[in-house]
Amino acid sequence: MTQPILAIQNLHAGVEEKKILKGINLVIRPGEVHAIMGPNGSGKSTLAAILAGRDAYDVTAGEVIYQGKDLMEMDPEERAREGVFLAFQYPVEIPGVNSTYFLRAALNEHRKHRGEPELDAMEFLTLVKEKMKLLHLPDDLLKRAVNVGFSGGEKKRNEIFQMAVLEPKLSVLDETDSGLDIDALRIVAEGVNKLKRPDNATLLITHYQRLLNYIVPDFVHVLWDGRIAKSGGKELALELEEKGYDWLIKHDVAKA
Amino acid sequence: MTATQTTPAAKQTDPYLKAFERIERAGASRQPTWLFPLRKAGIARFAELGFPTLKYEDWRFTNVAPIAKLPFKPVFEATRNGLTKDSLTQFPFAKLPGTRLVFVNGIYAAELSTASTQQDIKVGSLAAALTSDSALIEKHLGRYVRTEDNAFAALNNAFFQDGGFVFVPAGKSVAEPLHLLFINTSKDAGATTHPRNLIVVEREAKATVIESYVSLASAATFTNAVTEFALGDNCVVEHCKFQNENTDTFHITALHSHLGHTMNFSSHSIATGAKLSRNNIRTSLDGEGIEAVLNGVYITNGDQLADHHMIVDHARPNCASHEYFNGILAGKSKGVFHGRILVRPDAQKTDAKQTNKNLLLSDEATADAKPQLEIYADDVKCTHGATIGQLNDESIYYLRSRGIGLEMARRMLIHAFAGEIIDRVKHDALREELDAIVWDRLEQHEGVAVGK
Repeated sequence: MTQPILAIQNLHAGVEEKKILKGINLVIRPGEVHAIMGPNGSGKSTLAAILAGRDAYDVTAGEVIYQGKDLMEMDPEERAREGVFLAFQYPVEIPGVNSTYFLRAALNEHRKHRGEPELDAMEFLTLVKEKMKLLHLPDDLLKRAVNVGFSGGEKKRNEIFQMAVLEPKLSVLDETDSGLDIDALRIVAEGVNKLKRPDNATLLITHYQRLLNYIVPDFVHVLWDGRIAKSGGKELALELEEKGYDWLIKHDVAKA
Repeated sequence: MTATQTTPAAKQTDPYLKAFERIERAGASRQPTWLFPLRKAGIARFAELGFPTLKYEDWRFTNVAPIAKLPFKPVFEATRNGLTKDSLTQFPFAKLPGTRLVFVNGIYAAELSTASTQQDIKVGSLAAALTSDSALIEKHLGRYVRTEDNAFAALNNAFFQDGGFVFVPAGKSVAEPLHLLFINTSKDAGATTHPRNLIVVEREAKATVIESYVSLASAATFTNAVTEFALGDNCVVEHCKFQNENTDTFHITALHSHLGHTMNFSSHSIATGAKLSRNNIRTSLDGEGIEAVLNGVYITNGDQLADHHMIVDHARPNCASHEYFNGILAGKSKGVFHGRILVRPDAQKTDAKQTNKNLLLSDEATADAKPQLEIYADDVKCTHGATIGQLNDESIYYLRSRGIGLEMARRMLIHAFAGEIIDRVKHDALREELDAIVWDRLEQHEGVAVGK
């Protein structure tokens, strides 16, 4: 079997005294799409934040190996340059920082990291033009400050646009479907599907099954109280949609 | 032996009074007769006021005792210290096209300057113009600067030698910026210069003026400048004061402007240098329909202090004044903002806004803000606000999560904060250069960028 892109083993994490993740095990291999579902407060967003390197959480046990390296040892920027991308649930508005400038700086950091020459302004614009069309983004978006004055849908599409430009190995999409109408959802899903390659992987974090109609996962995991309570194929999502999370818990309890 | 009893203030002003007597004897004959009473009144006012102490409300955040303790050495020589016209490129705005008047230790240096080719305006040394245009200058000089509460401005009245003189007659327009470049070359502690600028722009005229202060050496010198603006009806004037003197210097300026009706004035202050800098900005809106913008950013580190003290005086109806000042403070540095908006009884429909925002990059940096509204009219719109904060962690994390390093992320956010001010500069080339200056400074001073 090929080397996993991501291997999480017995991950425990929390904030100060509060335990949020209580032993997560997850292996993601190249070409795979995984979905993590779960009710509010189950630890979904915490897992996403820990993978991206947010320092608000303490990892108390376990390990996260990304392409053979200890991910927890890396700064957020190192993770990004190594190919980890988090599409934020709530993209941050940064007044005064121009979108083009920001994204070109980010891309050039990735290129430097890979030993490739930096792109100048013209080369960059040529590259991003196509990717903007993919996400149906307005032409003036790049002239605006990062996420400032963007609609909710534009912000989410902008996240996937950045992902398209940075071409990550592992994309973590944190509730990218929340707050999107059906048309925007379709655009976002189309973008994600087009970016799928045999050598990269996607981790979708979502509350609802809806997104999974458009981005079909290979594996579905249900997160419950900081643990993966159940894993299965794409049909698990449909079952959850039909029966609700309660079903799983009762099922789980009955089994125990 | 009996000690002579002197009050502390008198002791400190003594050397100045003695120097004045010497200069009075030596130089009075070379200057127009009308000037002498102005000087005399200046030294008398200075003697009366003395150096302000922290007990004065207007000076409670800024301690000028170190200036009073300096030996007073008025500089009358423009020692070049190797300065040539080619070497001017080391200073900001040197590559901008247009007229540049260079002053070395406050004295005009013709061979370093680029004279104006425009025949219908006057741009030159004030000292020379005191002879050639005495009547014109008499009409304006000392008429706008207020000394009743400003000992330093009074001192400048008494001692000034030279500075820039700009006269743009009615209806004329100057496209390129007029640059007044003040270079301090002195290596002598206490070396004091009193640059004096007079800018007269008549009705329906248009001009951009840059006033910049830099140093070539490092010493505890004292720059005490006064700039007066007499701006006519319907004119459009943009002014940029840039101060980047060495960090041992004391820099005090008064910028007093008198504005005609329906004119448009924007004045920017960029303060990055000096150990202690204080800008006394006093703007009189004495006509209807004026739009005035006072806009500034101060970027300090180490033990620097940057103080902007403003009085915006609304005397007539239907005027708008906006003040925007952002402070970027690292190390143990300190920013002071004192903005007073005065709306007199006649000044109905005044629209006055004032904002001061401070970014503290270290635990030891401090900011003092004192916004003040004094309103005697009843139909006005006045707001003020001040904030003191740190870089936003969420924003830094977002930038880092895209591969941008911590230092670069901080720099981008600080630059954006300064950009709020720089973006208000209307002259394109000037704005671009200011933007580059801010960015360079953030790059050079790692401490500023990472808040060490």
